Amino acid sequence: MGAGHGGGLAAAYVPGDSPVHRLEPHTKLVAVLAFALVVVATPVHAGWAPLAYAGFLLLLLTVAAVARVRPGRLLRGLVVEVPFVLFAALLPFVSRGPRTDVLGLSLSESGLAAGGSILAKATLSVLAATLLAATTEARGLLRGLERLRLPTVLVQILSFMIRYTDVVGGELRRMQVARESRGFRGRHLGALKVLGPAAGSLFIRSYERGERVHLAMLSRGYTGRLPSGPVAVAGGRAWATALSLPLAAAAVLAGGSLLG
Amino acid sequence: MHVPDGFLDATTSTGTAAVAAAGVALALRGSRHELDERTAPMAGLTAVFVFAVQMMNFPVAFGTSGHLMGGALAAVLVGPWTAVLCLTVVLLVQALVFADGGLTALGTNVTLLGLVAIGVGYGVFRGLRAVLPATRTGLLASAGVGAFLSVPAAALVFVGLFGLGGVADVALGPVTAAMVGVHLLIGLGEAVITVAVLGAVLTVRPDLVRGGRHLLRARELAPRPGLAGATAVDAR
Repeated sequence: MGAGHGGGLAAAYVPGDSPVHRLEPHTKLVAVLAFALVVVATPVHAGWAPLAYAGFLLLLLTVAAVARVRPGRLLRGLVVEVPFVLFAALLPFVSRGPRTDVLGLSLSESGLAAGGSILAKATLSVLAATLLAATTEARGLLRGLERLRLPTVLVQILSFMIRYTDVVGGELRRMQVARESRGFRGRHLGALKVLGPAAGSLFIRSYERGERVHLAMLSRGYTGRLPSGPVAVAGGRAWATALSLPLAAAAVLAGGSLLG
Repeated sequence: MHVPDGFLDATTSTGTAAVAAAGVALALRGSRHELDERTAPMAGLTAVFVFAVQMMNFPVAFGTSGHLMGGALAAVLVGPWTAVLCLTVVLLVQALVFADGGLTALGTNVTLLGLVAIGVGYGVFRGLRAVLPATRTGLLASAGVGAFLSVPAAALVFVGLFGLGGVADVALGPVTAAMVGVHLLIGLGEAVITVAVLGAVLTVRPDLVRGGRHLLRARELAPRPGLAGATAVDAR
């Protein structure tokens, strides 16, 4: 139960022409995944872990500066982790192990470390994914996933999702405007009597639209495969640029475990 | 309610990713029987529907609002395999475009919200459907109970994973009680919404509810005596 994803799929993208924007999507996908893996692999209870997190954050902020993604956009990306901030804040109270007193509260030391590191790790990887979404269009992500050999059926489902999310979202908004202009206020459980059928008719409209799209595609010669453009090639330099982020992060991690 | 990065250690994340990959591979095979060659467009639009419905916030209590997870609902509407594919794609988009749910935790999220929620929700639905009378009420009741149980089941598996590969040393007892308690409430909302949506679809286009095919009776075409003289246009 997180916050809604207002604004549709296009809202995540920040148009630009920076070196980060120009990288092939599949190299960026690999880079962000590798970065997230390095962040997750950082040991929780090591004394130097906070320093490593600061190093990772610095790397991400450098990429953001190169990509000219504003801090406000990054901060808005962080909204999704709010429910987990609450969970992490509970950990010092419910964890076992030696206790320590902070401001008169008895807190678990390991819980403090775990809560803090969960928070840091989640924040870092949310920032990395936000950077990816801000510098790559949804269509580019799709192309990247296709290039990385995601099964064809999933790629096709994804492509329909990207194309029709705004259409169906628009229908949802029109239904909402219609409801509210009739005086509807969804404040209590009784609202379900109205919202349930609304969601039901949204499904019927979506499914019928799917049927129409399918027939239109069949009449244009659809055989179960979508034609795709030329395969994207990324040279060694493109890979080196993209992978500089996870490699630098890995260097921070290695430095920490050697020196710390 | 998506698991972010850093919640579970690398081994557990890899394990759940393998489970998720196997489940999705099975679903890719299974979905062929459900939607034949129409798989992509229909499943795509169903995924859009699940995504859109997750944006619709329903009032719960005390001023908080919740939204549907939709696994059980999608399974009853389009069949469990297609539902797994739809939920997988929705989670993928949420992780990549909205950073909701970590990339390394994608396998965990697909396992929890896709495989476990749909497996439990649809399994309970099928079990109850076989026992309860084959009526609209029986169908809605089975789907409601399935949706209700799917949420705490996913929460329970999450606690299990957290116990296995969580980064904090917590007493599992109270955490289990709290998680399951909260998710029983959320499951109640999920059940109410699932039943409301299914009821609406059953009223308008019962043929679209895959889990309710057995309710559709073949209608015999027969001339009605009173309309014998009417024209074709009148006798719609």
